[in-house]
Amino acid sequence: MSESLLKVEGLCAGYGRVPVIRDVSLSVAAGEVVTLIGANGAGKSTLLKAISGLIKPTAGTVIFDGLDVTGTPPERLVRQGLALVPEGRMLFGPMSVHENLLLGGHTQTPEGVRGALERVHTLFPVLAERSSQAAATLSGGEQQMLAVGRALMSSPRLLLLDEPSLGLAPKVIADIFAVLDGLRAEGLAILLVEQDARLALRHSDRGLVMRAGHVALEGTASELISNDDIRLIYLGAWHGEE
Amino acid sequence: MGSAELLQFAVAGLKNGSIYALVALGFTLVFGSTGIINFAQGEFFMLGGMLAVFFVKLGLPLPLAVVAGVLATAVVGLAFERVALRPRRDSGPLALIIITIGGSMVLRSLSRHAFGGNELSLPAFTEGASIVVAGAAIERQALWVWGLTIVAVAGLSWLYSKTRFGRSMRACSLSHEASRLMGIDTARIVMVSFGLAAVLGALAGVVVAPLTQTSFNVGARIGLKGFAAAILGGLGNPIAAVVGGLALGLVESMSIAFISSTYKDVIALVLLLVVLFVRPEGILGRATREKV
Repeated sequence: MSESLLKVEGLCAGYGRVPVIRDVSLSVAAGEVVTLIGANGAGKSTLLKAISGLIKPTAGTVIFDGLDVTGTPPERLVRQGLALVPEGRMLFGPMSVHENLLLGGHTQTPEGVRGALERVHTLFPVLAERSSQAAATLSGGEQQMLAVGRALMSSPRLLLLDEPSLGLAPKVIADIFAVLDGLRAEGLAILLVEQDARLALRHSDRGLVMRAGHVALEGTASELISNDDIRLIYLGAWHGEE
Repeated sequence: MGSAELLQFAVAGLKNGSIYALVALGFTLVFGSTGIINFAQGEFFMLGGMLAVFFVKLGLPLPLAVVAGVLATAVVGLAFERVALRPRRDSGPLALIIITIGGSMVLRSLSRHAFGGNELSLPAFTEGASIVVAGAAIERQALWVWGLTIVAVAGLSWLYSKTRFGRSMRACSLSHEASRLMGIDTARIVMVSFGLAAVLGALAGVVVAPLTQTSFNVGARIGLKGFAAAILGGLGNPIAAVVGGLALGLVESMSIAFISSTYKDVIALVLLLVVLFVRPEGILGRATREKV
């Protein structure tokens, strides 16, 4: 494997004095898609927040692109090429789709914004159609596209994605994952948190299983898909496939 | 009551109302970026007038003294945020609000020590007799009040809606967390919003000083009025702050005309209470229970 773009070692973090994740280590290589699987409360979102700087880790290190960025605030990290699509999307609801995208490009030069805007409109044509509409009035799927598009406006090299499929119809989920595949083909590295583990693993290179705040298991996507325990617990064997 | 008299009261109401509007805009700006009420806003008003008088006494020509007074107050506003509030920004809104109350007391006392306890006056910006329109006399300084209010409001709405910085301010007022993820330096936005609030307060203080005189203790009363105006309009919306300010000024003035000047302040506060009971989101405010 090539050199890691993101390298997390022994990371601990939580809220107040309550630790949520402990001693988490993982790495994401340039252009690689890695999925975090785990039950609700396993610490997946907390891990993404700690990597992106929204919460300060209490121990451990985060190395991004060869630099120690542990505890670096998100407004600085996004300049270095790390963007987070947060849990619940956090769109600027009363502001227009266009303004949301411009805010996503806050760190970019005017030319950079123009280029990124064109790219996002090509990836999600619906965002161009809804340009002047308030973000809050979009459908759930369109909102998720806007959240991803907004993060892409900063031209990141690593995208952290928290539950992009949450609450969306299967057709919309397929559309969003098709776009993620396209981004992966372009060489964007993605660290993905996803409830629908089977779906996510099908679009990933590797996966990590989190349990009670630490990494319980990791492997290539195909290993995890064929692992019996994983299948039973996280991949929803009751879906009746196979 | 004749129409000329009524017009005279309306003029006075709109004049005071513009001042309330400027102060209310200061409240709105800080509330937007921080979610707190800055109870030192009235002291920015006081400092604007007092510092302009000070600069005139130093020998500066009036226009320069006015600009210097406003700019110096802006520096105080920026420093106030940086020194008193930012170190405590994780302590929650209540602690921050109490710090602004403490800050207002400190600024008032410092002003008294620096400039004395007397009433001070500033010369009118333009010499000359009042202008008579349809039987109502309008002081030239009142034209300055309106002119500067219009310029300030227009400038602020341009900043808000047309500039990258204004867009960041609006984003910040919706969510600090999401704004930071965009790469916006929210700490800087908060500091600048205090600076702008200080400019607006100082502008109001300096433009009204020739009409009313000023002293170290004028801040508390005007702060209350500006706060009432901001609530009346609906906190968080600049246009609403202006509407709230003008409405408050007119109601006060009409209560003097039709009831008694004794009850002027009482009526303003009763109006505030009624609005809070009946329509807590303000005249133009959106209900916070928004549909998602």
